[in-house]
Amino acid sequence: MATSSKPAPPPVSPPGRPEVKRAPLGLSPAAPSLPAQGGTGRRDLASGMGLSSKPHAVGERGGLVSRAWEQGLPVAVMLLVFMLIWYGGAWGMNATGAVERVLEPSGNPWNWQDLLITTLNMERPVLPAPHQIALDFWSSLVDWPVDSPRNLLFHVAVTGETTLVGFVMGTVLGLVLSVLIVHSRTLDRALLPWIVASQTVPVLAIAPIVLVILGSLGLEGLAPKAVIAMYLSFFPVTVAMVQGLRSPQVIETEMMHTYAATRWQALWMLRLPAALPFLFPALRVGIAASLVGAMVAELPTGATAGLGARLLTGSYYGNTLAIWSALVMSALLGLVLTTLVALTEHLALRHRRQP
Amino acid sequence: MTPDPVIAATSARSPPTAPAEERIGSRPAVEVRNASVVYQTADTPVKALSNVDLRIGEGEFVSLIGPSGCGKTTLLRVIADLEHISDGTVLVNGVSPHEARLARAYGYVFQAPALFPWRTVLGNVMLPLQIQGGATAQSRAIAMEHLARVGLTGFEGKDPWQLSGGMQQRVSIARALAFEPRILMMDEPFGALDEITRDRLNEQLQQLWQRERRTVVFVTHSIAEAVYLSTRIVVMSPRPGRIVKVIESPLPDERHLGLRDTQAFMDVAHQVREALADGHFE
Repeated sequence: MATSSKPAPPPVSPPGRPEVKRAPLGLSPAAPSLPAQGGTGRRDLASGMGLSSKPHAVGERGGLVSRAWEQGLPVAVMLLVFMLIWYGGAWGMNATGAVERVLEPSGNPWNWQDLLITTLNMERPVLPAPHQIALDFWSSLVDWPVDSPRNLLFHVAVTGETTLVGFVMGTVLGLVLSVLIVHSRTLDRALLPWIVASQTVPVLAIAPIVLVILGSLGLEGLAPKAVIAMYLSFFPVTVAMVQGLRSPQVIETEMMHTYAATRWQALWMLRLPAALPFLFPALRVGIAASLVGAMVAELPTGATAGLGARLLTGSYYGNTLAIWSALVMSALLGLVLTTLVALTEHLALRHRRQP
Repeated sequence: MTPDPVIAATSARSPPTAPAEERIGSRPAVEVRNASVVYQTADTPVKALSNVDLRIGEGEFVSLIGPSGCGKTTLLRVIADLEHISDGTVLVNGVSPHEARLARAYGYVFQAPALFPWRTVLGNVMLPLQIQGGATAQSRAIAMEHLARVGLTGFEGKDPWQLSGGMQQRVSIARALAFEPRILMMDEPFGALDEITRDRLNEQLQQLWQRERRTVVFVTHSIAEAVYLSTRIVVMSPRPGRIVKVIESPLPDERHLGLRDTQAFMDVAHQVREALADGHFE
């Protein structure tokens, strides 16, 4: 590959794209580095023991503590500032309501301390204080059985199921689409604009239509909601996998070519593994998007279960505490789901780490 | 891109060690007749290869040497069916490069090791065997044997990044030899390595060739490397890419690095240098 102007890209490489560089978008896959060193100074071909490089850096415990301190301190300071602002906000925003609904009707004289305590402990505050949310959250977990609609875990199970089913469907759809797009120039041109356009339609507009259409086909319950979750989660997977499947370097596709590998073998042994570092960041985005889709899908169904439904009923009845608890719970659910994906990524790509 | 189950040239596990005289003149491993490669660029067509004639006998070690742009890599890629000729004939083992590739007649070593980071060293050597569809246990045994032949026993479980550049390239040679092709094509395989590593790998490659006597087509821009390794040196020249001289090496088949200080070696190197200069100022 000494000369620069080479026509006739090898048949295994995608048409029209003889050279696709790795690692755009900051999705940096592990490119093989060449620690070009002549460490094994022996002349005999048959002998050759002992590593010339020591790839495993020794983990330092002291470093870990200081790292936790360095990273934890700013976070803690920000949390403190945030809490102060929150309590200040709760006091300010609830003051009018506290005076009108609690302090004045009681008829007793009151001072600023009474006002402060009242604003932070109202039944339906405009902005609940953090400790109120924490208490409501906790009470929903421990005061009610798991199968009760009053228990947030019940809603987590419903929404989580939709999210996961939609996520799996979206990932499979994204994988299939990306493989088709990468292997066919026609499909590349025909599909990709529609896939991009599909995401410009707001999910809130799509959701009722999907529910109506699938409902008329007799599909109710989980299926329509999962379809809406899929609608949001397939997109990042498709886009990242198109990029990832095209990420193998020319030299790698040519090597497969010299082994007379079929398209299928090139896909299975080269393109897919090479695309994994692109896939996982997309899966993290995809599962979060799937959660949004699942919650949005619960809104127009008049569903009685799920975190989205919980948000909706909370806003119907002005039960701000319930809304905030559901919000915290959905944030935790999102966190757990993306962490699971990140752990899978860590396991799947652990051999590709560079020293 | 259709899979071809026909696997020729894989049967001979222990290659015969033919005497030097018999090597040339038997069935040619590679035959290039009047081959030209023309690239169509925007303004003018560029002739990368012009009327090249070359015959490589079985068991020869042939180096293609020349400055950048002389078409040495193009010639190798044409033989390997990675590029197509515009005119002429190319035969590998008596058939077209395309058929030879489908029959897995050759192994190709690239400039970079191109090891898959998601496979272990052993997994990388097993790759061509898996593509060929061999049973896993058998493939594993064959791959282990090839790793042993390049001196990497004990490294089979490592990840590629744990190896030095020279070791990685040795893995890629083991991989290219995995299904025992009778022809080995190498495109500046040691170009990215430091000189000390390069010397050692040259010596190991020479020993490998002495033991197994595969046909080797070797592209390089190092005169010392070409003279040390080759039984025949093909000197090429750019614009248009063509062969200016073919030098038969008078050096004995069994070589060691010390040979490079002998008069015979320097004479051959001198011939190569002269031919390169001739081609350049022509």
